Amino acid sequence: MILTVNGDQVEVPNTVKTIAELLQHFELNNKVVIVEKNAEILEKEKHAETLISDKDKIELVHFVGGG
Amino acid sequence: MIIGAGALGTGSAEMLVRAGIGKITIADRDYVEWSNLQRQQLYTEEEAEQRIPKAVAAKKRLTAINSEVEICCHVMDVSVEEMERLVEGVDLILDASDNFDIRMIINDISQKYQIPWIYSACVGSYGISYTILPGETPCLNCLLEKVPMGGITCDTVGIISPAVQMVLSFQISEALKILVEDRLHLRNKLISFDLWENHQSSINVDKIKREDCPSCGAERSYPYLSFSNQTKTAVLCGRDTVQIRPSQPIDRDLESLDKALSRQLGKVSRNPYLLSFSTAEHRLVIFKDGRVLIHGTKSIPEAKSLYHRYLG
Ligand SMILES: [Zn+2]
Repeated sequence: MILTVNGDQVEVPNTVKTIAELLQHFELNNKVVIVEKNAEILEKEKHAETLISDKDKIELVHFVGGG
Repeated sequence: MIIGAGALGTGSAEMLVRAGIGKITIADRDYVEWSNLQRQQLYTEEEAEQRIPKAVAAKKRLTAINSEVEICCHVMDVSVEEMERLVEGVDLILDASDNFDIRMIINDISQKYQIPWIYSACVGSYGISYTILPGETPCLNCLLEKVPMGGITCDTVGIISPAVQMVLSFQISEALKILVEDRLHLRNKLISFDLWENHQSSINVDKIKREDCPSCGAERSYPYLSFSNQTKTAVLCGRDTVQIRPSQPIDRDLESLDKALSRQLGKVSRNPYLLSFSTAEHRLVIFKDGRVLIHGTKSIPEAKSLYHRYLG
């Protein structure tokens, strides 16, 4: 499956079916991340149930602490 | 008011002071170290050599840049009481800190006194910023839901200077818009970028504002302003250092401490703001306001035992 993640075309294995699994795939599952799918922001509670499909546009923003 | 005088704090202070802002308050708990010089633009080798507190060094340089600006600098670990005192008359708070304990306090103070603030952070080549307007946008607590523990990348990997400058450009553009009261032009989006990976993203997070948020919701309690949520000891992000802060602010007599410790330990170095000495594996830095930094450990119990061994 091909997704656009933060503007880049990315191929992810078909075993990745939900937003939660996508975060795991990118090793962001333990981080504080805000996810937008096709210009629609997703609340944290919905990460596990929201399915992703080919050509979805995903934006991932993770919070960092340095400064 | 700028909280923190590291990479983001020195950069934003310089921009605002050069712009001729009327009055600026800067608070920082740390002193200048060699590793800071790569990105913390107000400091020099001499200040690293002498371990001058950042707030003192920043004031000196900023005054030299524009003597017409009123510059108030505080060598202090800002927590709730300090923030309540400093925030009087402030139009805008800029986050230039390196941890979420203080950011959650800034967030609650901002809601309580209806003062806008701008969250900003960077790590490596990555940066992020968001402008929080009380009564309009979601607050940091809405975005994070709780203080992230462990889920935050800290600056163990360093920060490249262009990432700092990029975050500063976003942060200070927004700051200028707020200060000249041109709110229509505010970005109103959470922005993030990675200069190495060539990414940038900008998303609207309005939907994340929660009615039941304890910081900005209808029935708010400002949870981070209550005593039980305050950290007295903190492991400093990425620094192999623990800070211990006495429960009451104290004014430590560094001169007599110097005498007492010199007898036990030999070499103790001291400037008007702090005193430091090394043991076989650790280095302790004791500030006039009572705080102690213990370098060479991440363990709070170990740090506490060193603290009590040398300071009673
Ligand atoms: Zn909120």
